[in-house]
Amino acid sequence: MNTPASTTSTSHVLRMEWIISELLRWGVFVSLVLLTVGTVLCFVRSGDYGQAGGTAADFHRLLAQHHAPPATFHATLHGILHLQGEAIILPGLLLLIATPVLRVAVSIVAFVLEKDRIFAAITTVVFLLLLLSFALGKAG
Amino acid sequence: MTPLLFTLLITLISVSAGLLGSLVGVGGGIIVVPALTLLMGVDIRTAIAASIISVIATSSGAASGYVRQRLTNLRLAMLLETATAAGALCGAFLAALISGRWLYLLFGLVLIYTAWSMSRKPSHAAGTLPEDPWADRLKLHTSYFDKALNQEIAYRVSRTKLGLAVSYVAGVLSGLLGIGGGVLKVPVMNLAMGIPLKVCTATSNFMIGVTAATGAAVYFTRGDVQPFIAAPVAVGVLLGAKLGSRLLGHLQSHWIRIAFVLVLLVSSLQMFLKGLR
Repeated sequence: MNTPASTTSTSHVLRMEWIISELLRWGVFVSLVLLTVGTVLCFVRSGDYGQAGGTAADFHRLLAQHHAPPATFHATLHGILHLQGEAIILPGLLLLIATPVLRVAVSIVAFVLEKDRIFAAITTVVFLLLLLSFALGKAG
Repeated sequence: MTPLLFTLLITLISVSAGLLGSLVGVGGGIIVVPALTLLMGVDIRTAIAASIISVIATSSGAASGYVRQRLTNLRLAMLLETATAAGALCGAFLAALISGRWLYLLFGLVLIYTAWSMSRKPSHAAGTLPEDPWADRLKLHTSYFDKALNQEIAYRVSRTKLGLAVSYVAGVLSGLLGIGGGVLKVPVMNLAMGIPLKVCTATSNFMIGVTAATGAAVYFTRGDVQPFIAAPVAVGVLLGAKLGSRLLGHLQSHWIRIAFVLVLLVSSLQMFLKGLR
């Protein structure tokens, strides 16, 4: 980052890249913390991963689960307040899934600020395609 | 196997998947899926959902490091991503119409051919690339600082249209077969577009995360993303990818090339096994 750059409008590009990289770093960090804390809680609290004392029986029960618990806002908030491990893991996973999409969204803003119309448009197309495929995937 | 042992083993395996994936620009699926299904007996649907999470983790875990080192060509990534995202949409629709069997076999052959051409390429690209008015107009040419060579490397981008076409095909295949497009995008950027290998890896790393995000959102809302399985995968891969992003700049390109060729050969083997089953 403290290397000489030879591109035009370098300061803008570097500032934009810096913003994007900070956003990603924090998103990833928060998600990592949620996933780790949630997993540890699942082991510590006897009700979750250790119902049968953390044995092979628990492992097979967990593998046989075919549906993740509902990730509604209310259930998640309730779970977090009661320190339920899985309720903390799920928002961690959701945040992780959201980081690339957020990155595209921030890039649109950055290209607009750079007055780079072509790339603001290109990035908007990517963003719309993402939303479209998400909407269609959910429907189908 | 106990829950604790499973979590520790899967985290460790995922660290290696994140490390390898971030270095060569592909998702960690080729390690994560077999480890979960063959080693641990996780069913394939849950394993694929966890593997898509691992692709995003590979991408996001390494991304901030790559952006800081200016290894990611963000403009090129965004341009090619339009084609990949459109392709992935088409692929998802085609999946209902086309049987995967012969596609797996065909793709297996394509990967072997790709491995062969990647292994023949000398580390220092000879510069006889055609001029490309598209790349000029879109200002895709730029430079990065190579820590292994200890110098600023300026590069020009060529054959943008071919890159877009291959990115589209990579998107269709990822929608059809559920594979990441990195195995196609890295070779086309390196061999046809004349981009330094490390930049190809980092740029592909950006794109696979964006492509995987929509798939992951769908799996998540369906409830296929199991916290018990996905959490250790995500944690391990994030750590591995972080490590990879520190390493890539310092590595000699030919080591990355060798690792990539091995990844291609293993992927093609997996494609043949799926096609012949």
